[in-house]
Amino acid sequence: MNAALVGNLTHASYILAAGLFIFSLRWLSRPQTARRGVLAGVVGMGLAIVGTLLHPGISNYLWILVAASLGTMIGIPLSRVPLTAVPQRTALSHAFGGLAAGLVGTAKYMLWAGDGSITRFQSGVIAIEVLLGFLTFTGSLMAAGKLQEAIPTRPITFRGQNYFNFTLLGVAALCGIGLVVDPSLWPLFAVLCVLALVFGVMLILPIGGADMPTVISILNSYAGLAAVAMGFVMDNMLLVTAGALDGSSGFILSLIMCRAMNRSFTNVLFGAFGQVAVAQAAGEQKAVKSATPQDVCDMLENAARVVIVPGYGMAVAQAQHRVREVYDQLTKRGIDVKFAIHPVAGRMPGHMNVLLAEADIPYEALVEMDDINRDLPQTDVVLVVGANDVVNPAARHDQSSPIYGMPIIDADKAKLCVAIKRSMNPGFAGVDNELYSADNTLMLFGDAKAMLGEVAKALTGGGLGH
Amino acid sequence: MDAAHLAHAVPAAGTSLWTMLLVFMLSTFVGFAVVQNVSRLLHTPLMSLTNAISAIAVVASILIAGEELSTTSTILGSIAVAASMTNIVSGFLITDRMLKMFKEREPKK
Repeated sequence: MNAALVGNLTHASYILAAGLFIFSLRWLSRPQTARRGVLAGVVGMGLAIVGTLLHPGISNYLWILVAASLGTMIGIPLSRVPLTAVPQRTALSHAFGGLAAGLVGTAKYMLWAGDGSITRFQSGVIAIEVLLGFLTFTGSLMAAGKLQEAIPTRPITFRGQNYFNFTLLGVAALCGIGLVVDPSLWPLFAVLCVLALVFGVMLILPIGGADMPTVISILNSYAGLAAVAMGFVMDNMLLVTAGALDGSSGFILSLIMCRAMNRSFTNVLFGAFGQVAVAQAAGEQKAVKSATPQDVCDMLENAARVVIVPGYGMAVAQAQHRVREVYDQLTKRGIDVKFAIHPVAGRMPGHMNVLLAEADIPYEALVEMDDINRDLPQTDVVLVVGANDVVNPAARHDQSSPIYGMPIIDADKAKLCVAIKRSMNPGFAGVDNELYSADNTLMLFGDAKAMLGEVAKALTGGGLGH
Repeated sequence: MDAAHLAHAVPAAGTSLWTMLLVFMLSTFVGFAVVQNVSRLLHTPLMSLTNAISAIAVVASILIAGEELSTTSTILGSIAVAASMTNIVSGFLITDRMLKMFKEREPKK
C-alpha cells in the first residue's frame, strides 16, 4: 500500500472512532440503549488501534504485542472485581491513564530535546501533559489505596498544608515556564516530573472517605485533560476529542457532587477538602429509642409506602442482597417500596445504583433525592440502611454544623423512621445526627446485613410469604 | 530562502495549534451536551466508559513504542501501551457487566 493511502485510512479510522465515541456516550443516556454504547466504544477503539498499527513509522510490533497482552492480562481480572470494589478499580484506572500520559510526555521530551528539534510550544504542552499525568497517577493511586483501606482513610492534615501544596504547584508552574523559555533545560523537566508525583500524593492526603465521590470525579477530569494535552503533543485530533469527552464528563460529575455536598468548586479544586472532617466535640447524648427486628417487621408490614435510604454502610456490610429480600417480601404484600438515592451516597457517583442493580432491584424503584423528597411526608416508614450525613436534619437548620446547607433526604419528615446502625458513633463529618434522637425515629442496632436478614426472616415467617 | 521557509513554517504550525484548540473546545461542548443527558442511575458506568474511551492514549503509546527511536522511549511507550490496554479491557468489560444488571421491573405474574 502506498503511504498516502495508508495515511488517509488512518485519518478515516480516527474520524469514525471519534464519531462512535460520541454515540457511545449518547446511548448511555438511558439504561435501554446503554449496552449499545459500550459496543460503539469498543468498535471505535478497535478501528483507531488498527488505523494506528498501519502507520509506516512502526518498525517493531513485538514490544506492542507484549505490552498489549500484559495490559489485557491485568485488565480482565480488574473487570471482575466485586461491585463494592468498583470505586477503587475506577481510581486505579485513572492512575493508569495518568501514567500513560506522563510516560508518553516524558518519552517525547527526551526524543525531541535529545535531537534538539523541540520547539517552545511542544515543550510547554509536554510540561502540562506530564504535570497532569503524573499528579493524576499518584493522586489516583492514593485514592485507590484509601478506598481499599490499604492506607489510613482518615484525612491527614498538617499546619500550613495549603501553603505547602501551593508552593509545590507554584514551583512546578515555574519549571513549566522555564521549559517554555528554554526547552533544552532538562533538569527543570526532571524536577517538574518529581513535583507532579509528590503533588498528587499531597492532594489526596487530606481527603476523607465521604469526599471520595467528588475527588474521584475530579481525578477523572484530570485524566481526560492529560489525554487532551497528549493529543496536542502528538498532534493527534482523536486524542484531543476523546480526552475532552472524558474531561468534560469528569467535570460535570464533579459539579454534581459539589452541589450535592454544598461545596464550591474552588473549595474542592484547591485541596481544602477534609477541613470539614475535623471532628467536633460531641454534645450531650440524647436518648434514643431502639427496636428489635420483629418490631421493624411489624411496622413494615402495616405500611402502605416504604422508602429505603441506602448509604455507604450498606456497601461496607454487603447488605444489598438482604435489602432485596426485604424489598421482595414487601412488594409481594402490595406495599409500595422505593429507594432514595443521594448523589454522594457511597464512594463514587452512582455507587448505590450499581449495588442495588446487582441485587436485581429494578431501576424504576431507584429515585433521585429531589423526587423522593416530595413523597416523604406521605411515606409510612423510612428505612435508613448505612446512611448518615445525607439524612441529618442539622444540614437544614443548624448553621454551626459542618454539613449545614447540604441538600439531604428528608427522612425525618416521614411518619416513622427506622435507622439501622452499628453504634451511636457519629458519621464521617463528625457530627451527631439528630435524626436518631427524633421522636418518630427508632434505632435498630447491629450489622446491616445481619439485621436486615432477621427482618426478612420475620417477614417471611410471619406473613403471607410462601 | 530563509524568509520563504519561515513564511511557510509559521502559518502551518499556527493553523495546527488553532485547529486543535477549536477541536478541543467543540469536543468539550459535545461532551457537556451528551453527558448532561446521561441518567443519574448510570453515573458509575459513565465513569468507567469514559475512562475506557480516554484510554485512546493507546494510539500515541503504540507510536512511541513501535517507532523504536531510542531504548528509553521504547520502554516508556511499551509501559504506556500496557497501562492504556489495561484501561481499555477492564473499562469496557466492567461497564458492560454493570449495565447488564440494570433491569426493568419484571411484568407482574
